[in-house]
Amino acid sequence: MSRKVSLFVPCFVDQLLPEVAVDTVKVLRRVGCEVDFPEDQTCCGQPALNTGYWGEARPCAEHFVRVFKNAEVVVSPSGSCVSVIRLFYPELLAHSSLREDAISLAGRTFEFSEFLVKVAEVTQVGASFPHTVTYHASCHGLRELNLRSEPMQLLREVEGLKLIPMVRSEECCGFGGTFAAKFADISGAMGNSKADSVDAIGAEFVTAIDPSCLMHLQGILGKRNAAARTIHLASILAQQRGAGSSPQGLAEEKP
Amino acid sequence: MTQTAAQRFLEDAAVKSADLVHREIIRRGMDSYDAAHLKGRARIKDWEAAREKCQEIKREAINHLDRYLVQFEEKVVARGGHVYWAANAEEACTYVKDLALRFGVRTVVKSKSMVTEEIHLSPALEKEGIKVWETDLGEFIVQLRNEGPYHIVTPAMHLNRGQIATLFREKLDPAIASDDPADLMAVARRKLREAFFAAEMGISGANFLVADAGVVAISTNEGNGRLCTSVPPIHVVITGIEKVIPRLEDLAVLWPVLATSGTGQGITTYSTMIAGPRQPGEVDGAKEFHVVLVDNGRSRLLADAEQREVLHCIRCGACLNICPVFRHVGGHTYGTTYPGPIGSVLTPHLNGIKEFKHLSYASSLCGACSSVCPVKIDLHHHLLENRRNAAEAGVTKSSERMIFRMWRAAMVRPRVYAFGGWSMRKALRMLYALGLAGTVVDPMRVWNRYRAPVPLPLQSFRARWRKDRAGN
Repeated sequence: MSRKVSLFVPCFVDQLLPEVAVDTVKVLRRVGCEVDFPEDQTCCGQPALNTGYWGEARPCAEHFVRVFKNAEVVVSPSGSCVSVIRLFYPELLAHSSLREDAISLAGRTFEFSEFLVKVAEVTQVGASFPHTVTYHASCHGLRELNLRSEPMQLLREVEGLKLIPMVRSEECCGFGGTFAAKFADISGAMGNSKADSVDAIGAEFVTAIDPSCLMHLQGILGKRNAAARTIHLASILAQQRGAGSSPQGLAEEKP
Repeated sequence: MTQTAAQRFLEDAAVKSADLVHREIIRRGMDSYDAAHLKGRARIKDWEAAREKCQEIKREAINHLDRYLVQFEEKVVARGGHVYWAANAEEACTYVKDLALRFGVRTVVKSKSMVTEEIHLSPALEKEGIKVWETDLGEFIVQLRNEGPYHIVTPAMHLNRGQIATLFREKLDPAIASDDPADLMAVARRKLREAFFAAEMGISGANFLVADAGVVAISTNEGNGRLCTSVPPIHVVITGIEKVIPRLEDLAVLWPVLATSGTGQGITTYSTMIAGPRQPGEVDGAKEFHVVLVDNGRSRLLADAEQREVLHCIRCGACLNICPVFRHVGGHTYGTTYPGPIGSVLTPHLNGIKEFKHLSYASSLCGACSSVCPVKIDLHHHLLENRRNAAEAGVTKSSERMIFRMWRAAMVRPRVYAFGGWSMRKALRMLYALGLAGTVVDPMRVWNRYRAPVPLPLQSFRARWRKDRAGN
C-alpha cells in the first residue's frame, strides 16, 4: 500500500520532543506510507483557543488550513491537537472564507494510532519492545476522539511487550496546557497522583498517544526521581528487534 | 486590600491539594462512589439511552419553561397552595421571612436544598431570631461546624467519623464515647426529633416540579425530607425555575437516573411526591403550602442559546465526583454554592464573569464531567466558552492578551515561529547551564516548581527534516 500522508507535528513536539515525530515517520514509512512534512506548518492554535483567545486562535487555524488543505490525509502523533482540528475548527472558522476547507480537512485529519488502525488497517507494524509498559488514556484522545481500543490493539501486537493495566488510567494527568501554569499547584498534585498510579504498578514505561501528557508526566516523574519513564506510542512502535539501540524515553532523548 | 475570589481560590487550592489527609478521605469516598456508580449504571439496561431520554425531557422543559411553570403554578394554586415568583435571592428570602413572621414561626426544620444555600436563606431567618435546623445528617454536621456544604449531594464527605465524633462531643453531648457511625447517628437523630416536633415551618427544596400533575418531587435517603414536609403546619418549597419537568411519567426515568448518578442507588430511599396542602378529609400534610420559584440569574442563562443546556442540570453531583480538580482541591476551595464542573460553568453566569472567570480556567478540560453527566451537558466545552467570553469581554489580564497577540504574530509566520523556538531553547539551555533553573529569571519557573525541566534538544524536528532531505 502506498499512501501519501502529510505529517502534522505539534509545535511543542517540533521544538521539545522531535524524537516523537522522527519515530512517527519511521512507523508510517514502515507500513508503506509516503510521508510529507509541509514546512510552513506551525501550531494548531490550541494554546490560544483553550485560554479563550479565539480571536488569536483563528488566524493560526486559518494558517493551518492553508498549509494542509491540499493534503490527502493529515496524521499527527497527538490526540489533543487532532481534536482541535476535528472538533473546533468548523466552529472557530464558521465565518471564515476557509470554512469549507476546514470542515473537509477535519474529516481527513487523524491521530497516529487512529490512522494506523482505522485508515491504514494495520495493527502489526513489526515492532519489538521487550519491556513492561502501562498505558495512560490521554483525555482528548479518549473523550474527544473516542479512541479507546486503537492504541491497545497496536500495543498488543508488539513483540515482547508486557502491558500492565494502570488504576484510574482514565484520570487526567493534570497537564491541561496553560492550566499547568495558571494553576500549577493543582496541576502538580494531579500529576503526582498519576505518578503514584504509575509507581504502584512498577512498570518500566508509561505510554500514551499524547506527547503533552507524557511531557508533563515525565517532568513529574523526573522531579520525584521515579524509576518509570515515559515513552510515546510511536516511539514504542518504532523499535525493532536487533536494531541495536536501547529504548529511549523522552527524558533520555539526545539531540 | 481585600482578596479577590481568584486569589483566595489559588491560595486554598495550594493548601488543599497538598493536604494528603484530605486527599485520602476524598479518594476513599470517591472510590466507593465509583464502584457504586459503575454497578448502578450496569443495572440500567441501556445507560446511554437513559441519558438521552433525560436530556430530551430536560430540553423540552427548558425550551418551554414559560408554559410548564405556569401549568405547575395553576395546579398548585387550584389545590390551595401558593406560588411565589422570586426574581432574586433577596425577594425569595423576604417572602419566606415575612411568611415566618406572619405565622409566628420560632423554629424551622430544613431538608437539604442547594437553592437555600444559594440565596443564603438560613442567615436571613436567623437574623429574625428564628432557629433553623438542618435535618439532613451531612448538612446538620456542616451546620454545627459553621461551614457550607462541601459537596452538593454529600455535604460532609470531607470529614471522617473521628472528626464527626469530636464535633458532636463538643457541640451536642460530651458523653459520646465511640465514633461508631450508628452511635453518632443516634445522637443526631435524638436531637433532630426534638426539632421536627417543635418546628412550625418545614423548608425543602425540590428535585423536580411536575407540571402536568402540579407535584413537587423530593428524594432523600434519611426520611428527613418527609418529616420536614409533613409534620410542621407550614411547608415552604424553595427551588430554581429550571427544576420543572413536563409530565409525571418523566419521573420513571429521571428518578432512577438521578439516584444512579448521585449515589449509585437504583432509586433513592425516600421518593416523595407532594401535591399541595392537606385537603379536606386527609390526615396528614402541611396546612399551608408555598412554593418559591427562584430565578436569581437563571433567565439570563436561558437567554444564552449556546449555554442554555446548563439549566438541564439535576444536581446529581456526578461531575464533582469524577472531576480530578475537585478530587484534589475539594468542595470548599471553590468558594461558591455550587462547586466542581457544574459550579465552574454556572457561577460566572450567576455571580459575574469578572469575579469568577478563574473557575472556568481551573480545569484541564479533560472532559470527564461531560462523559458522566446524566443529562449530557457538555460541561467542559461550556468552560471553554466561558473562557472565550471572558477574553472577549476584556476581563482577562492585559499581559496575557499581549502574549497571545505576539504568539499569533509568530504562528502565522513559520520563520518567526522557528526562530522563536530555536532562540527560546538556546536561552533556556544557557540559563540552565548556569544553574538558574527555577529562579526568578527562569521563564519556566512555574513549570519547574513541580516538574523536572523540559527537554531542550539542539535541533527541532523541522531542522532535522530539512537536513535529512538535503542529505538525500
